[in-house]
Amino acid sequence: MTTIATGPAAGLPRWAVLALLPLLNLLAAFAVSGLVVLLIGEDPWRVVRILLWGAFGFEEAIGYTLFYATNFIFTGLAVAVAFHCGLFNIGGEGQAYIGGLGVALVCLHLDFLPFALIVPAAVVGAALFGAAWAFVPAFLQAYRGSHVVITTIMFNFIAAALMVYLLVNVMSEPGSMQPETRAFPPHARLPFVHEILATLGIEVAASPLNLSFVWALLCSAFVWLFIWHTGAGYRLRTVGFSPPAALYGGISPARQVVVAMLVSGALAGCMSLNELMGVQHRLLLEFSAGYGFAGIAVALMGRGHPAGIVLASLLFGALYQGGAELSFEIPRITRDMVVVIQGLVILFAGALEYLFVPALRAALLRRSAS
Amino acid sequence: MESLTLFVLVLDSTLRLSAPLLLAALAGLFSERSGIIDIGLEGKMLGAAFAAAATAALTGSPWAGLAAGIVASVLLALVHGYACITHRGNQVVSGVALNILVSGLSAVLGIAWFAEGGRTPQLSAEARFLPLEWPGAAALREVPVVGSLYGELLSGHNLIVYLAFLAVPAVVFVLYRTRFGLRLRAAGENPESVDTAGISVPGLRYRAVLCTGVACGLAGTYLSLAQSAGFIRDMTAGKGYIALAALIFGKWRPVPAMLACLLFGFLEAVAIRLQGADVPGVGQVPVQLVQALPYILTVVLLAGFIGRAIPPRALGLPYVKER
Repeated sequence: MTTIATGPAAGLPRWAVLALLPLLNLLAAFAVSGLVVLLIGEDPWRVVRILLWGAFGFEEAIGYTLFYATNFIFTGLAVAVAFHCGLFNIGGEGQAYIGGLGVALVCLHLDFLPFALIVPAAVVGAALFGAAWAFVPAFLQAYRGSHVVITTIMFNFIAAALMVYLLVNVMSEPGSMQPETRAFPPHARLPFVHEILATLGIEVAASPLNLSFVWALLCSAFVWLFIWHTGAGYRLRTVGFSPPAALYGGISPARQVVVAMLVSGALAGCMSLNELMGVQHRLLLEFSAGYGFAGIAVALMGRGHPAGIVLASLLFGALYQGGAELSFEIPRITRDMVVVIQGLVILFAGALEYLFVPALRAALLRRSAS
Repeated sequence: MESLTLFVLVLDSTLRLSAPLLLAALAGLFSERSGIIDIGLEGKMLGAAFAAAATAALTGSPWAGLAAGIVASVLLALVHGYACITHRGNQVVSGVALNILVSGLSAVLGIAWFAEGGRTPQLSAEARFLPLEWPGAAALREVPVVGSLYGELLSGHNLIVYLAFLAVPAVVFVLYRTRFGLRLRAAGENPESVDTAGISVPGLRYRAVLCTGVACGLAGTYLSLAQSAGFIRDMTAGKGYIALAALIFGKWRPVPAMLACLLFGFLEAVAIRLQGADVPGVGQVPVQLVQALPYILTVVLLAGFIGRAIPPRALGLPYVKER
């Protein structure tokens, strides 16, 4: 039986720490959410049934669940990559927002390109702008010693102000009062999955699920390769584990901080592909609302591993979609309930990560001793 | 005369707008000087604003609202303390969790209880903290300069504004002139020394987050019972983060933090004035730039271009008594 060597969970078997502990934390978050539902006088079990039905009960719902999951995969991966380098990137929100600016500039101003070129160009635009927005906090953390948590928070607000300015004064359609750009041309839109399947003769219900879901899965694979199977990933994890050890081994922590944040920002930026190129087909205000922060919950729940992040994204995608159905069925409970669950997941899976370790230790180690 | 009136009006709204920032910044000061990072000022303010408005709407008493606001904020502060002090959890993660939790919870409870889309019912004048008219303010109003300074600037604010500014000397005294303050600062700089002196570091830090809870409760109550007449969804709108920025801008010291809050409040007041107005010689100034200035200035400060902001040495490090 392999056990965890160091940290607060030392001595516990690996499977318990990697699978059982997150599950217990999740259950605790759900239990408290259930209490909130009771507090407003509704039946928690009915809420669970509607949530599950709303997320998986019909074809269209599954499409929506996967669509929302796509956003969570990008922002979750972004938080996780920074975590591996010992950094807390709270700026996913702003990086995704500015990434959308990159997508819009490509889709609106490089529209002479054919579909086969404009899609990769937009991916580059999203990643480049997201990474650029992460660069300043990264540089300041690496070379000027200012804390990346604070600077990324500040950059979220600066991004919000910048985007309002651009959309109201610069990029909005002439003659229109709407703070949004003109629509992307048809060949600068990502095909929906139901359209792709239809050309193959498979009929599924229409949903906003689009090609960027595939890109999200590819990114998960890339992150896995990058973190655990490249020299750069090794250096990055070494800095996350111990900056002095990294320095001793000839690795510059400052450089790794910048690399980690650039990759993180690029991943967050890609979230805008799903929303803008996939569904909205224009740049508009606050399209990234909340997904950047939700990425923190996803990364914590997924324990920083891409496979875990995809699973956690499915969970949150299901909650988002189920939450939308919930407000139809029980108008007194809105999708804000999902925000409550998110907060509780971050609290229990993140800040109170080891809450159940003493109990686990008592239960597991006593049995193995006897 | 015209420009003086304008100047007084802008300063007047500066005081109004910086009061909640100041209370929240002082709140953060207690927590951070004791070694606990507090990203959750925003959430505590929002929770307090909701609890205060909901209670004031039900009871009709601003004092009951204030008490509820403080209780809500203190409870959230204790959750933060439980995660960060007792369980030595990641302090940033805990703060983020509470911000998100409160943002969702205030909306869920508000919609379920009051059925007004997340608002609480409009409060009547008796259920709010109203401007206090100072003696003789009306009589002096006609006197040039002195009248407008006394009548507009000093008089006519609500109780919590005065409380916020009176809190500054009080915090200075507690922090630098009392045993509790000395120990609190030591817990944030060098907790081992506090422990060696036989004083409990967790105990001190719990008391610090309690102070944070009370001050954030005042700040949140101000928003929903004094500045507005009820709770609106996400009404803090980043004020908790601006207060955090002001705290850093003030280098974790009370008086400089107050000056930073006044600066940020002034920028907010100017941003409101500038909406669509032409500045002579410049033309239209983008309001968004003025709104983003507090954040930009803080980043520039953190980059070390205008002085150096050095946080308490043990900030963010959970204290382990024995290894």
